[in-house]
Formats: sequence, C-alpha cells, structure tokens
Amino acid sequence: MIEAKNVTKRYGTALVVDDVSLRLPVGGITSIIGPNGAGKSTLLSMISRVLPMSSGNVLVDGLDVVTTPGDVLAKRLAILRQDNHLTSRLTVRELVTFGRYPHSKGRPTVKDQEHVERAIQHMGLEALSARFLDELSGGQRQRAFVAMVLCQDTDYVLLDEPLNGLDLKHAVSMMKQLRTAADTLGKSFVLVLHDLNFASCYSDHLIAMRDGKVAFQGRSEDIMRPDVLRAVYDLEIAIQHINGDWIATHYR
Amino acid sequence: MSADGLVVVRRPERTLFILGCVAMACAALFMLIDVGGQWDFVLPFRGRKLATALLVGYAIAVSTVLFQTVTGNRVLTPAILGFDNLYVLIQTCLLFFLGSGAVANLDPRLLFGVEVLIMVAFSGLLYWGLFGGARRSLHLVLLTGVVLGVLFRSLSSFLQRLIDPNEFIFLQDRFFASFNNPDQELLVASFLVTLGVSVVGFRMLRTFDVLVLGRETAINLGVDYQRTVALILVLVAILVSVSSALVGPVTFFGLLVSNLSHALVRTYRHALVLPAAALVAAVALVAGQVVLEHVFAFDTNPRVIIEFVGGLVFITMLMRKAPG
Repeated sequence: MIEAKNVTKRYGTALVVDDVSLRLPVGGITSIIGPNGAGKSTLLSMISRVLPMSSGNVLVDGLDVVTTPGDVLAKRLAILRQDNHLTSRLTVRELVTFGRYPHSKGRPTVKDQEHVERAIQHMGLEALSARFLDELSGGQRQRAFVAMVLCQDTDYVLLDEPLNGLDLKHAVSMMKQLRTAADTLGKSFVLVLHDLNFASCYSDHLIAMRDGKVAFQGRSEDIMRPDVLRAVYDLEIAIQHINGDWIATHYR
Repeated sequence: MSADGLVVVRRPERTLFILGCVAMACAALFMLIDVGGQWDFVLPFRGRKLATALLVGYAIAVSTVLFQTVTGNRVLTPAILGFDNLYVLIQTCLLFFLGSGAVANLDPRLLFGVEVLIMVAFSGLLYWGLFGGARRSLHLVLLTGVVLGVLFRSLSSFLQRLIDPNEFIFLQDRFFASFNNPDQELLVASFLVTLGVSVVGFRMLRTFDVLVLGRETAINLGVDYQRTVALILVLVAILVSVSSALVGPVTFFGLLVSNLSHALVRTYRHALVLPAAALVAAVALVAGQVVLEHVFAFDTNPRVIIEFVGGLVFITMLMRKAPG
C-alpha cells in the first residue's frame, strides 16, 4: 500500500501541495483528477521520490521513499512523467530493456528478454521495436515509455498523463491495456488524467484535487456528480448515466 | 539477442575495430617514420611523447563524454564549468607568489597533486551548489560555473599584467599544448591516477548508460542519482587535471572528440562510446603530431592544427545537423 502522510510542497511562499494525507488502495486503477495547478503531478512526483518533499513522508509497503535505497524501491514502484527528452539515439527495444535495469543492472538475462518481449507485445509495439525513438510519433513514443515502465514489473505503476498525445484509438487501447494489466497481473496503477470520462470509465477509485488538497475521493458514482465536480472545477457539468458509465458532458 | 537487435549493436563495434586499426597505424607511423638508424635514442624518446599523447587524449575524451552524459547536453564541456580557467589561475598564482625559479624547481608530482586536490575541491563546490541548496538546478550550477570561469580568467589576466614580462613568457609556455617536454615522473603519476579513475568508471559503465535517459527516469530505475553525479564530477575533475598538467588546457578538442565519436558509433552505450572517443582522440593527437613534425617541421603548435581541423569538422556536423 502507498501511504502519504502530511505531504507538503512549497516553492517560496507558494503552497503547491498542502498537507495531503491519503492511502492509495491496493490493486486496480486510481485516477487523480482536478484543474490545472491543483498539485496532481507534484503529488505524484513526491510519492515516487522524483521530487523532494518540503515536509511529510510517503511509505510504499511500509518503506519510506526518502530513506529507502533507490534500487529497492525501483522493484516496487515505477513512475513515468510527462516530458521525456533524450539526447541519445535509442531503439524502442533498447528503451524497453532499460525497464529491466532494477532487476538485471544492465545485464539482461533470458528471463529479462521475455519480460521485454511481453511488454512490447502488450503495448502493440512489435512492428516498431527496432525503430529509433526519434523516428516515432509522440503517441508511439509515449507507448514505448509506458512499455518500459510495465517491463519494470513493479506492484505500483504511477503514470503522469499517460494519454497525452494519444489519438482516440490509442487512448482507448492504452486504458484497456492498463485495465488488463491491473485485472490479470494484479498491479496497482495511479494515473493523473485530464479526461474526466476516461477516468470515470476505467478507474476503481477517483481522487479529486483542488488548490493542493484532496477535495474528494471515492468511486466513480461518488465523484461524477454535478455538485462535486462544480466544487472541483468551478464549472457546471451535467452527468449522464450511459451503458453503466457515468459520463460528464461539459462541452457547452 | 534477436536479429533486429544485432543490426543496432553490431555496427558500432565494427566502427570501434576500424578506429582501433587507424589509431595503431598512426602510432606506428609516429614511432617509425624517419628513424634514421638511431633506434636506441629515437624509440624511447618518441615512446614518451606517444604515451603522453595517448594519455591526454584518453583523459580529455573520457572526461568530456562523461560530463556530457551528466548534463544531458552535447555542446557542454568541463571548460564551461571553469575547470581549465581554474588550472590557468593556479599556475598564474604559483608563478606570481613564488616566481619562475621556484616553480621550475618544484617537484612536478607535488604540483600535480596540489592541482588535482584543488580541482576536485572545486567540483565538490559545484556539487554542493547542485544538491545542497534549496534550488536544485543543473542550469543554475552551469551558470555559476560560467561566471566563476570568467572570474578565474579575469584574475589570471590581472595577475599576468602585474608580473615581469619574462615570467609571463615562462607562464605562456606552460599553457600551450605540447607533447615535446613530458616529465617522465609526472607521466607515470598521471598514468596511475588515470588507471584508478578508469577502474572506478569501468564498474559503473551501465549506470552511465541509464543516466542518458535523464534524471527522473534514472531515479525511477533505481540509480542513486546524486551520488552518481557527484562521483562523475570528481572523476571529470581528476581527468581534466591530468590532461591540463601534462599539456595545458585543450578545451575545444574534447567537444570535437565527443561529438565525432557519438556520430561514429551512434549508441547510448558507454562501453562503446568511451573507447571510441578515446581512439578518436588518439588518432587526432598522434596524426596531428606526425603532421606537425614532418610536414610543418615543428613550425606550428599542435593546438593550431587540432583546432583548425576540429573546427572544420564541427561546423560541418552542425550544418548537417547530425543526429545524436
């Protein structure tokens, strides 16, 4: 279980994440939603030790992320952030193989290669596996990075806006693939999502943030309500119940 | 390794092999051209020069490649952090306070030891700036390095204006790269230091590879990022000291060697990039020395040749926008 206790991030006097305490459920998909500047990505970065906290602490299966050695955590928790800039030319397969680094320390075994092949297949990258990353579209590159993180084979996978730059087809298939991984492999995903309806349709648990605090959390039907969403987004959002999903219609 | 994986991996290794052959040919040419029968004098004499050139090339190549991996930028070199300006300042200060007679009598190994210590202390300071303060920004540290570099240079030129013109000429001699006067004991000391650095670096080759993916991905994959960066900065400081102590600052050369080797082997793997860079450096320095001695008959400084050829290649690369 991931447990955040009084996590705070301050830049000078600006409070970006304000004393957040929460427990993220084990298994399934948890999505963090909220307006720009609510502190979603910052919270995710602090949970995954990529960004130091101003105060508070985060425990992953009881291990403090600040004091636990990085290579121990890398086998339990994986994080993918939004912008991934590379200076070197890497092929898709080389990138995905890096996902095995916590296990193989750069000397992949046959078993590691199997993990790599599975992750490449899972993200539908077989045809692209020998291509260089700088020859791919933004969406294809995004899928390659997700494959790397899946290949890391951790219990917890944190993805910051995994749908960024993906077209409708690939966004749907990405969410389906995450859903499958959660259901069949028993992994726990924590996503930052901007698309309310993707969050609503695929998540087991929603966390709504606003002004650096957790405003609401619960199941889709608890969060996908006009009064709740108005408090989070300052916007009138009508909710429809279509085919068992709670769909927000906020386009006009 | 699957078939399409091999396509990617095999080519850099072949390039490396060719580079190795060219480097050996250059070395043989350097050792054997125009020997004129005096084998017992010429071979050890040239051997020392060759060893200096190879050691300096290796130190510059490895330090620049590692530095560029840490900063994630192919245009930066240790020079931008003020390393070689600091070297010039140390030399100038010694001369200013002790005089050329005393400096010439100092044990070069002692001088070298002091220099290494100061350089490492400086990289420690930069590291502290990188991770000690509230703001953790590589760019802030680089900017600090640029400003400090200017400060070092200004201080040096200020001191150089105050000293006797004869002393200034003595000083200038030390700053211009030359392989003609290597001190044997200094050479051995430098070699041992470089060997030590290489042993430490060799065990971390695969960690260097992960750093190519950037700070956040490296942390995600379990690399102790701060410790690794600190260690690399220390290794870079030591290597820059080695090359500076032997031949003075040759900054532009590192930029050229690093970019050329990346363009030649086109891989992220340091196990291939680092040897390639060292070999490119060896070829450039040794071939440059051959041309210098036999075409220009010592009429010009090797730095002039290196920077002339290097500048041309670099401009070509920029205009072609060579990827990687």
